[in-house]
Amino acid sequence: MSELASWLDLPLIWGAVLALAIFLYVLLDGFDLGVGILFPFAPSEQCRDRMMNSVAPFWDGNETWLVLGGGGLFAAFPLAYSIVLPALYLPFILMLIGLIFRGVAFEFRFKAGMKRWVWDAAFHFGSMLATFMQGLILGNFVQGFTVIDGQYAGGPLDWANGFAVFSGIGLIFAYGLLGAGWTIMKTDEITQKWARIAGKYCLIFVVLFMALISIIMPLMDDRIADLWFSSPNFWYLLPIPLISLFAVLQIIRHLHNKDSHSRVFIYAILLFVTGYAGLAVGVYPWIVPFELTLWQAAAADSSLMLLLVGTVIFLPIILAYTAFSFFTFRGKTSHESLY
Amino acid sequence: MMDNISFDPLILARIQFGFTIAFHIIFPAFTIGLASFLAVLEGLWLKTDNPVYKRIYRFWVKVFAVAFGLGVVSGVVMSYQFGTNWSLFSTQTGNILGPLLGYEVLTAFFLEASFLGIMLFGWGRVSKNMHFAATVIVAVGTLISAFWILSANSWMQTPAGFSRDAAGVFFPKDWWAIIFNPSFPYRLIHMVTAAFLTTAFAVGAVGAWYILKNRHLAEAKIMLGMALLMALFVAPAQLIIGDLHGLNTLEHQPIKVAAMEGIWETEQGAGFRVVAWPNQAEQRNDFELNIPYASSLILTHSLDGEVKGLNHWPVEEHPPVATVFWSFRVMLAIGFAMIFTGLVAAWRYWRDHLYRSDWFMRWCVLMGPSGFVAIIAGWFVTEIGRQPYTVFGHLRTADSLSPVIGAQVALSLAIFIVVYTALFGAGTYYIFRIFKKGPTDQSDPDYYQHSRQQAGKALNNDGDQQ
Repeated sequence: MSELASWLDLPLIWGAVLALAIFLYVLLDGFDLGVGILFPFAPSEQCRDRMMNSVAPFWDGNETWLVLGGGGLFAAFPLAYSIVLPALYLPFILMLIGLIFRGVAFEFRFKAGMKRWVWDAAFHFGSMLATFMQGLILGNFVQGFTVIDGQYAGGPLDWANGFAVFSGIGLIFAYGLLGAGWTIMKTDEITQKWARIAGKYCLIFVVLFMALISIIMPLMDDRIADLWFSSPNFWYLLPIPLISLFAVLQIIRHLHNKDSHSRVFIYAILLFVTGYAGLAVGVYPWIVPFELTLWQAAAADSSLMLLLVGTVIFLPIILAYTAFSFFTFRGKTSHESLY
Repeated sequence: MMDNISFDPLILARIQFGFTIAFHIIFPAFTIGLASFLAVLEGLWLKTDNPVYKRIYRFWVKVFAVAFGLGVVSGVVMSYQFGTNWSLFSTQTGNILGPLLGYEVLTAFFLEASFLGIMLFGWGRVSKNMHFAATVIVAVGTLISAFWILSANSWMQTPAGFSRDAAGVFFPKDWWAIIFNPSFPYRLIHMVTAAFLTTAFAVGAVGAWYILKNRHLAEAKIMLGMALLMALFVAPAQLIIGDLHGLNTLEHQPIKVAAMEGIWETEQGAGFRVVAWPNQAEQRNDFELNIPYASSLILTHSLDGEVKGLNHWPVEEHPPVATVFWSFRVMLAIGFAMIFTGLVAAWRYWRDHLYRSDWFMRWCVLMGPSGFVAIIAGWFVTEIGRQPYTVFGHLRTADSLSPVIGAQVALSLAIFIVVYTALFGAGTYYIFRIFKKGPTDQSDPDYYQHSRQQAGKALNNDGDQQ
């Protein structure tokens, strides 16, 4: 096993696995959280029931990708884990609190009689808080942290900066778009009609935020500007904005096409793929930007190898039964109580 | 200890970890037992076609959903708290604990989460056998999860199979030794048995309550009967398992046993302190009531065997004795109360009045939450008994804390206390509402009604195959 370990570039592989896990989290919980974000704006109580039912069987599995993200970072890059988490202490705690309220709302809402509005609020504000904090965390991550001797050495409120807040708000609209796409796919009649309108508003803001971030990021840091605009890179990266543009146009088209049910969701996913790819290319090879590379922060080879074996075996199985779960609950959702 | 409580981040971080994990442990402990109970019920239903089992299943699965949800959301917190509050611990132990926790996510969490969806909402969408399979998979998932997390926890108690570099970072040398470290088998069996007993007493209490109220008698007798069967056979088994676990602790963490026993000076023929008031500052008991020779007899299996006292080790190695001592007694007392319950049940069964509505039913209701208390007490014993170390004998708690977190710990602790208290209140309230409503058919709307045709088709296909 150790011979194989020296032959494989384990930190790089783990960087990729972790990037995939976080991306799957963003997509899967993204639409759950998006449904929570759009929730109070739905036209009727029945619509809200349908929306909640459409994600009820999945939210738990979706959130597990976040545990894999956190656990994976701890396991594969313990040095990065122990810098990023203290640096973003309160954003992480508040994200978790948001997820707690969002999660229990599923269990409590249908059991509550008169007090249902409490859990409606918990679902919405929990989703908003968790999403905003995730965007904030991302916004801080790309800017890097103050590190001395391998430990975070900045202040407790360093994370409260304009760019990070901006990215938090942007993510709310982005998840909202995913949630709208999901709702269009999983519902019909007035719920779907409303979701198309909600999707349109979200899309406008998503495009705005993506454009602004693409302008701000290279201005903020020369290293990113170099990376994006130096000669070969520029041409490699060019497909990213082009595919994004294509995805946006397709979303607009399918938002207006009444016979199209799943395409908005699919193209919203494509938009996330390109955005994420752009980000990943921008951050590589850092795991804590400008401080630690993947190789500097990696755990011992033996640890990475052991977990890689487990990942190679179990990840395909997980993906298979996740697909089975989505297949089981395919089709449109009703508004009857599930619990 | 009490005088430096102020805003010491170390104390606050410890309180926070203790609080969030004690809150969390309640739910997995309950769901480990409930999942297996549900699997048994659904199996019995499929085998006998008796609708009573189905009603009990549909009743407890609602409780399961609430408990599982609370377990998930409070569990996600744990996987991030290592980083926020204990970053030095994470840096040093990541190579070892990271893969263990990673395997828990890969082999258990996804399994539970995905099949839980089918278990809760798949009724009518998948075949009966597939639904049963989902329940069994969830039950197995909870046990796999217990396997990994207790392996990680046990490694912190009895670390093995590692080396350390100059900076103190732990490196794995022998994964087999790490995973199956010396205390792991005992802890795993002790904990899983505790989870089963906890669930049994909770389920039994609900059954006893219905018998007292003269409601849902068919269901109530099955609930209580199964619970009392567990009490009769598993509670005494737990005593033996606990004893073996204690002897294992004596071998690897003798100072923890000294704290559990409240013994300060090394003694031959040590007595068992039934009650005592340990005085940490003066390293003695202010007061104690002894059963002569009992401690030596239990621990060394000989009347005049030697039991090492706390003062055999330097003061800075001492855990907080009073908490460990009293938690241990709470756990023991509950254990004996459980055994007593089983014995009385056997007697009543023999006299043919097991389910008579009388004091014993009230006793069973009273015993309902006992398992939860015992589990938390047991965790206090083992975790506080490990202090002042996070990795016993190697990494001190004081050297595990994140730097520069200061007042953030206080703030987040306050948030957790408020939020958890509110949610625990709400969760308990809804669970009691389910109890109040009881296992009935008519109150259950059909699960997932949409796409009836597709679901119907799927069912027919499965029917053809059988």
